[in-house]
Amino acid sequence: MLLLALDTATPAVTVALHDGTDVVAASSQVDARRHGELLLPAVDRVLAEAGVRLDAVTGVVVGVGPGPYTGLRVGLMTADTFGLALGVPVHGLCTLDGLAYAAEVEGPFVVATDARRKEVYWARYEDPRTRVTEPAVDRPAEIADVVAGLPAVGAGALLYPDTFPDARAPEHVSAAALAALAAERLGKGEELPAPRPLYLRRPDAQVPKNYKVVTPK
Amino acid sequence: MADEPLVLGIETSCDETGVGVVRGRTLLADAIASSVDEHARFGGVVPEVASRAHLEAMVPTIDRALKEAGVSAKDLDGIAVTAGPGLAGALLVGVSAAKAYAYALGKPLYGVNHLASHICVDQLEHGALPEPTMALLVSGGHSSLLLSTDITSDVRPMGATIDDAAGEAFDKIARVLDLGFPGGPVIDRYAREGDPDAIAFPRGLTGPRDPAYDFSFSGLKTAVARWIEAKRAAGEEVPVRDVAASFQEAVVDVLTRKAVRACKDQGVDHLMIGGGVAANSRLRVLAQERCEAAGIRLRVPRPKLCTDNGAMVAALGAEMVARGRSASDWDLSADSSLPVTDPHVPGASHTHDHDHVHELAKDNLYS
Ligand SMILES: [Zn+2]
Repeated sequence: MLLLALDTATPAVTVALHDGTDVVAASSQVDARRHGELLLPAVDRVLAEAGVRLDAVTGVVVGVGPGPYTGLRVGLMTADTFGLALGVPVHGLCTLDGLAYAAEVEGPFVVATDARRKEVYWARYEDPRTRVTEPAVDRPAEIADVVAGLPAVGAGALLYPDTFPDARAPEHVSAAALAALAAERLGKGEELPAPRPLYLRRPDAQVPKNYKVVTPK
Repeated sequence: MADEPLVLGIETSCDETGVGVVRGRTLLADAIASSVDEHARFGGVVPEVASRAHLEAMVPTIDRALKEAGVSAKDLDGIAVTAGPGLAGALLVGVSAAKAYAYALGKPLYGVNHLASHICVDQLEHGALPEPTMALLVSGGHSSLLLSTDITSDVRPMGATIDDAAGEAFDKIARVLDLGFPGGPVIDRYAREGDPDAIAFPRGLTGPRDPAYDFSFSGLKTAVARWIEAKRAAGEEVPVRDVAASFQEAVVDVLTRKAVRACKDQGVDHLMIGGGVAANSRLRVLAQERCEAAGIRLRVPRPKLCTDNGAMVAALGAEMVARGRSASDWDLSADSSLPVTDPHVPGASHTHDHDHVHELAKDNLYS
């Protein structure tokens, strides 16, 4: 097994290669505005570091969010196209699950990432491998009761200390954790979800004022 | 391979997911998935809706294009993609796909300009582009006059709209007339049964002191809307066919007059017309008449190649390969306002740290 994992659902552009036992190579950069530019060179670096070619990969794992859409789609489109070109399966994993898997917390906790617009993407976990609620997007104040008393990981938790007083690392998801989780679940013979984006919000159905104008004036 | 490169092109600058395959100047496949129906109820293209649709449609559309072309991905000589201009989020989906595809297949990547692609597509229809060529590009997103002496390296803006694009004016008038979206085809249909001289609508920027090659459709749009509203306010029936015909005549009159004038002034004897509005039947007829009278050879691709598509991107990519233009880097970004003067986005072809990564990459990929 040689899994290439990538995630662009949070400000992190993160790539890892996993041989079924260990992470072989990994790269993480935090830059919310440059997912499109950073991802392919990162894949290239990780492969070079491991000394393998892309066509040695037996499967692709991609974080399906939830996350800000524009960045999220960079990872999904890249993973889908790798799958097409290489003829290997593409697996999706919830980005929050990757964060949970990397959390060093015993017992129940919350994962929250920044959803912008004063909201967080979040879910509750029984332990680092077990999510007990569907991923959701809410204003922190609105979920304060549900998450009260629970430790929380992720940038969304760090951003809203009033709601998440017990915020902890990791701040961002790492493809290394995502790859390790995928390898563990595939190793147990589990089927992983399809790589479909978790948008959680409807598109803003607003036609911009100068819609469709693509020629710079 | 050098003179007849096999290239796959990807276009996602607006609401069409286009994937085309060409061999040199021969069209092999032109696969399109459009999200236009999803935008219709909003009366215009919603960027997020378009981006979501591109992500879903991309892999099946690439598959379809290769099947249609009857070629195998491993035989491609390059992958081309629209790097801009266009809707930022929509462009990024196509650029991400193209980069991943090129990288996985070990093929060079060419990020190309959407507008130059609209011009270059005519090679698939009428053979090598004459050099120089004057191009009138008219669509919902652009209205420009461009002069090109080499489509891979030299595109000069002669003029452009100072407000709305021509296609946008069609959409807005169709909306005022309650004819739905997109407006171009339906206005064209009604106009065929109307009188183009029924109402004298204004011709923007045609005064003696106005810029010779720029366009303006905003004043026309307002004049038409006011005329319709006045009729309605007076309780009279709006003569939809005559309004459509007179409005359309005002648009195509200005477009063709300025395009022909630019050819004459610059001593260019070929005019190509591209973009979605080039599908307009009256524009084609009037352009033909006026070009003939002026001794100019008119080239207009078939309507399916005028609207946004992947074949046009592949056509320009193939020309880039044939002329030995340098490929783009793996950090190619989508540039929503890529200048029309950049037919493509070449990689940084010199030596510094950055290149070291690429050397590694080449070893690792092609060894
Ligand atoms: Zn276009």
